[in-house]
Amino acid sequence: MSDTKTGAETLINALVEQGVEVIFGYPGGAVLPIYDALFQQNSIRHILVRHEQAAVHAAEGYARSTGKVGCVLVTSGPGATNAVTGLTDALMDSIPIVCLTGQVPTHLIGQDAFQEADTTGITRACTKHNYLVKNADDVSSVVHEAFLVASTGRPGPVVIDLPKDVLMNQTGVYKRKADVRRSSYRPVVKGELSQIEKAVEALAGAKRPIIYAGGGVINAGPNASKLLVEFTRMTGVPITNTLMGLGVYPASDKQFVGMLGMHGTYEANLAMYNCDVMINIGARFDDRITGKIDEFSPNSTKVHVDIDPSSINKNIMVDIPIIGDAGHVLEDMIRMWRSKALSIDAGALSDWWGQIESWRSVDCLGFTQDTGDAEIRPQHALKRLHEMTKHRDDVLISTEVGQHQMWAAQYIGFEKPNRWMTSGGLGTMGYGFPAAIGMQIGNPDACCIDVAGEASILMNIQELSTAVQYRLPVKIMIINNQWMGMVRQWQELLHGGRYAESYTESLPDFVKLAESFGAKGIRATKESELDAALQEMLDSDTMTIFDCCVTKDENCFPMIPSGKPHYDMLLPGTSQEKVAAAIQGEGLALV
Amino acid sequence: MSETRTFAVLVDNEPGVLARVIGLFSGRGYNIESLTVTEVDDDANLSRITIVTGGTTQVLIQIRNLLERLVPVHRVEDLTANANSNDLEPPVQRELALVKVVGAGDKRVEALRIADIFKAEVVDTGLSHFVFEVKGRKEQLDRFIELMVPLGLNEICRSGVIAVSRGDQAL
Repeated sequence: MSDTKTGAETLINALVEQGVEVIFGYPGGAVLPIYDALFQQNSIRHILVRHEQAAVHAAEGYARSTGKVGCVLVTSGPGATNAVTGLTDALMDSIPIVCLTGQVPTHLIGQDAFQEADTTGITRACTKHNYLVKNADDVSSVVHEAFLVASTGRPGPVVIDLPKDVLMNQTGVYKRKADVRRSSYRPVVKGELSQIEKAVEALAGAKRPIIYAGGGVINAGPNASKLLVEFTRMTGVPITNTLMGLGVYPASDKQFVGMLGMHGTYEANLAMYNCDVMINIGARFDDRITGKIDEFSPNSTKVHVDIDPSSINKNIMVDIPIIGDAGHVLEDMIRMWRSKALSIDAGALSDWWGQIESWRSVDCLGFTQDTGDAEIRPQHALKRLHEMTKHRDDVLISTEVGQHQMWAAQYIGFEKPNRWMTSGGLGTMGYGFPAAIGMQIGNPDACCIDVAGEASILMNIQELSTAVQYRLPVKIMIINNQWMGMVRQWQELLHGGRYAESYTESLPDFVKLAESFGAKGIRATKESELDAALQEMLDSDTMTIFDCCVTKDENCFPMIPSGKPHYDMLLPGTSQEKVAAAIQGEGLALV
Repeated sequence: MSETRTFAVLVDNEPGVLARVIGLFSGRGYNIESLTVTEVDDDANLSRITIVTGGTTQVLIQIRNLLERLVPVHRVEDLTANANSNDLEPPVQRELALVKVVGAGDKRVEALRIADIFKAEVVDTGLSHFVFEVKGRKEQLDRFIELMVPLGLNEICRSGVIAVSRGDQAL
């Protein structure tokens, strides 16, 4: 029996065969055999986080910035339950993650053993798929299947629950990656050509077309973004991106009309409302995009390209559904557009662009910033961050969740995909910092910045210890207004300015906090200090917190109030009375 | 507008597969009117699930797509919709019930006469009770049970609906 291995060793071999280079994890009793096997090899690097939620977010940041599958290792019971928020986040944003969870030995399952939790039961609703491995002989095949499921079709998180005895038992079985398939799992990749033909013909007949592209294009790989740019340019059509899709089309290009949705640009939302043909590629008509459903783009023919059939006709009924991978479908669209020598009526398109330019001239993101001793406005801080980094190709941005996230999306332009990591679907405060750690691990030479709020950053602040341990020069830029800004804004809109629990008393001194972890702390409180502080942050080669103290009562505009259609936007400078009256009736109950 | 549909779902017979299917319904507030499941192919390790459910057209499309998205699911067939689109009669649907009736005298005789009409079989009896085995369409069983209420209906167990499409095409 000399060629048998333990379940844990077999697991490591399978991970190595899958090309795993990094695991984000936290040890505990049930996974000690895996840690022992990790200790005795050199192929896989383990990054010790300080909380299991952060392990999953770090793996997400790693996956989103590198295009690889993110790998997580946590122990049974609380290790697994702490990972649940991260798994749900990855499910909502379609991020490929394989999460290994320890489990009590098989003979103790169901006995309420120490650190036992029904992990497959708990994670069934927040994973794409999960496994409980009951025999060491199955370890290799389950690992290979899990990576296949996580990374193909619509990507997502997969959990492998590994009882301790399975990890310690000997097995002589090792299945290679190439020998593992699952006959019931067959994601569709190529779109149906007859549907694609209908789509391009609809576009060619359009007078007011728009392309609305989302995170699905990022998940289809960098080549899909290149094809999207090619298709958009050859057709001359305006393009908008979702929050998840920022970077699939260069923000500096004149055909880009900005992000759409609740805090999207005036021109993008009005173009969506008034268009006659809409090509949705890799987005899912999320409620933050559609606003009031029955007034969503009422006069358009809608094409929807999505790899997940269950995304189609879920929120919005579409005319031409195409099930397939964004890259493959775009390739076919481009080929057909050329071979049929299609084009859009030049006069109509020029009129449409004229209309869009008039909306653009409203300058919905405009603001004024006083200089010198004046307080820094958050919009200005992020605009300066963009201006000071836009010449570089190595800047990766993550965010937490709230006003700062929306301002970052509005004022930082992205030229390429995989540069922008934000919790779009679940809206997880505490996402951005561990995600930035994962980004930095996957891209050691990149400039990784977490744009944070002072409330969100406290949700995973313990990860400073991780960043310092691995000497990661991650930058946190805290847009510090001492309020949970988006909560405060909604209380102003919906609850008569009764600011219940949205002000944070007793904030830490973030500079001293950074220093206590062995990191660097910087602060700016007035406009005259901003550029120097930003430069110091950008130049820093160690873990750095920049506490950017900003004006306290800014609202994030433009905004489509919940329950309102796209044409009913609140623009900057809206009076408080108008803001207070903006949401009524059914909108009050919406989120 | 809500309609009722019968889905046939072929799945790998493995732990957790039924929980995945049921979780999909409960997590989204969809309704299950009837659900049956058992292994149908020992060699290929396949089980067949029959689900009767109701909802709007949009919900029914979602149910189908969500079922197909599950990793252990091989095939999903909306038997009702298929019959409609192929101009066939509704799918063959059968259910089995075990019905315990307790009583004496005339009521006992009447229960037996009704059972005869429904071709129900007596599978257990004593001096004061019958257990009837009755099979047929759901509506037939509903009617049989309704008639047994005044005759001493005591306990009901129903199998849930199983169904196959008409015609020579297989799932």
